[in-house]
Amino acid sequence: MGAVLAQAFALVFDPYVLWVILASAIFGLFVGAVPGLTATMATALLVPVTFFMPPVPAIASIVTATAMAIFAGDIPSCLLRMPGTPASAAYTDEAYALTKKGQGELALGSGLWFSILGGLFGTAVLIAAAPTLAEVALKFSSFEYFWLVVLGLASAVFLAIGNPLKGVVSLLLGLLVSSAGLDNPAGFPRFTFGIAELAGGLTLIPIMIGMFAVSEILRSVARIEEPWEMAQAKIGNVLHGMWTLTKRYPWQFIRGSVVGTAIGALPGAGADIAAWMSYAVSKRFSKEPEKFGTGHVEGIIEAGASNNSALAGAWIPALVFGIPGDSITAIVIGVLYIKGLNPGPTIFMNNAPAIYAVFIVFVLANLLMLPLGIAAIRAAKQMLRAPREVLLPVILLFCIVGSFAINNSIFGVVLMLAFGLVGYVMEENGFPIAPAILGMVLGAMLEENFISSMIKADGRFIAFFERPIAGALGLLTIAVLSVPLLRRLTARS
Amino acid sequence: MPGQRFGPAWFPGLIAVGLALCGALLVFAGLRQRSAWISLPDWIHSRRARAGIGALVAGLVFYVLAADALGFHIAGIVLLVLWIRVLGASWRVTLPVALVGTLVIHFAFYKLLRVPLPWGVLERWAF
Repeated sequence: MGAVLAQAFALVFDPYVLWVILASAIFGLFVGAVPGLTATMATALLVPVTFFMPPVPAIASIVTATAMAIFAGDIPSCLLRMPGTPASAAYTDEAYALTKKGQGELALGSGLWFSILGGLFGTAVLIAAAPTLAEVALKFSSFEYFWLVVLGLASAVFLAIGNPLKGVVSLLLGLLVSSAGLDNPAGFPRFTFGIAELAGGLTLIPIMIGMFAVSEILRSVARIEEPWEMAQAKIGNVLHGMWTLTKRYPWQFIRGSVVGTAIGALPGAGADIAAWMSYAVSKRFSKEPEKFGTGHVEGIIEAGASNNSALAGAWIPALVFGIPGDSITAIVIGVLYIKGLNPGPTIFMNNAPAIYAVFIVFVLANLLMLPLGIAAIRAAKQMLRAPREVLLPVILLFCIVGSFAINNSIFGVVLMLAFGLVGYVMEENGFPIAPAILGMVLGAMLEENFISSMIKADGRFIAFFERPIAGALGLLTIAVLSVPLLRRLTARS
Repeated sequence: MPGQRFGPAWFPGLIAVGLALCGALLVFAGLRQRSAWISLPDWIHSRRARAGIGALVAGLVFYVLAADALGFHIAGIVLLVLWIRVLGASWRVTLPVALVGTLVIHFAFYKLLRVPLPWGVLERWAF
């Protein structure tokens, strides 16, 4: 263990890796602070660059950039009444109301301070839970994996905000995309239409650049007429009074971090849903719920800790099972495979130094957030003055090159454009994107584990319940699936 | 696949059944709510947003069709000029950003990361 940790520290504290972390941190802070550019988009844009790096700096850049982006999303919430990333949307009105009351310093400070604490909490859970869970998962067969995937897909659909039926459609479309190509249990060319590029299946990274970056750019262009009006805020020492707040609201911070980590770990739901849930929980259990919405810091503490802890939580199922906990880790899993760090329970035996290096980077990124976050808050006015009419086109050209670079093929750009339009139309019509992405990432795993289980069981479906863990997972899945149906039936009668 | 009950058509078939079912339910829900068949987005009223969305999509199609022949550098500059102008920046801003932006991507991706961006008609002057 000691030797592994020493190796891991050596991997992280290498000048090249530290430079990558610093650059990614600044990139993440900028992307998070500019409304319309999201943490998931930052990840999708980073992938083509990380493609050419060794494994540890590649993963480190994504970990750092996303942690910074989720915090930085709070900055325009306070100053513009616009969330910088969807993860800040839950408490944007609250933060802006604080700024209007002349307490902008408090709003920005608690966003930063509790983002750091929440991020560290989530990281601690990740470090403790992932290796333990991996021990259990070593005994899993295709039956258990089948149920895990179904459970993940089900929770993605039901945790999505809005109409669950539209979530199911989104999920099925994702599964459909995953079924193209030769990579199925029978090795049969499916949906290839005689096009050579389709034989290998649809490359996910250009699709994700399309769905997370291009569709977001389209949305920003559609809203280009909306002016950005900055609220006046006097900003001195943003950390002033944070210790008092921590002592005054310890439960809010802990509850937010616990809920955030759990929501993050559930497949398909990430930082944005964690923040919405935690804000609602905070209001529900508050001693002064009437103050919520008028510029009260309690909800910001709970939801601000929640969204950053969700980031780390999402890595638990991603590393142990290869099942992404949120949209960011859905992209990360692809990177892990490319870098030879195949996710699964054996990752802690085969690649222990690299994985512990990732854990160290998580801690480092959250500590680095303190000085860099303060700097970002001070530079907020300049960052938010970046002209959108220049920024959006340059990012789009970057997307083109990034999509091209994955396979050095123009087909990547075609995929990016097609899925950019699909993603935009879906979101505009209330179809959530996250289930589709999860379907694309997990489709092959679902089919493979189903078919091989069926072959092992000789077609008897009851075999899916015969092993104890598989049976329990199966019953849990059925319970999760039937809750919304039961709720509907009881609501009607 | 002969001799196998669960062949390659099984999984897509299941997806198709699911999609048809959900589609029917959504249509039914829509009919019951008497919602409009098509509703236009808000940005349709803004000339700048309309032109922007149009230019973005058209530009991407143009890139797919023309990049190999024209090369990345010419296509990139053309696209940036088109997009930045349509979104409303002045020529004084547009031209330097288009040139510098394309060059930065050239150095980052072609030089540093060794992505074989196409040179097209500029092949002879490749650097």
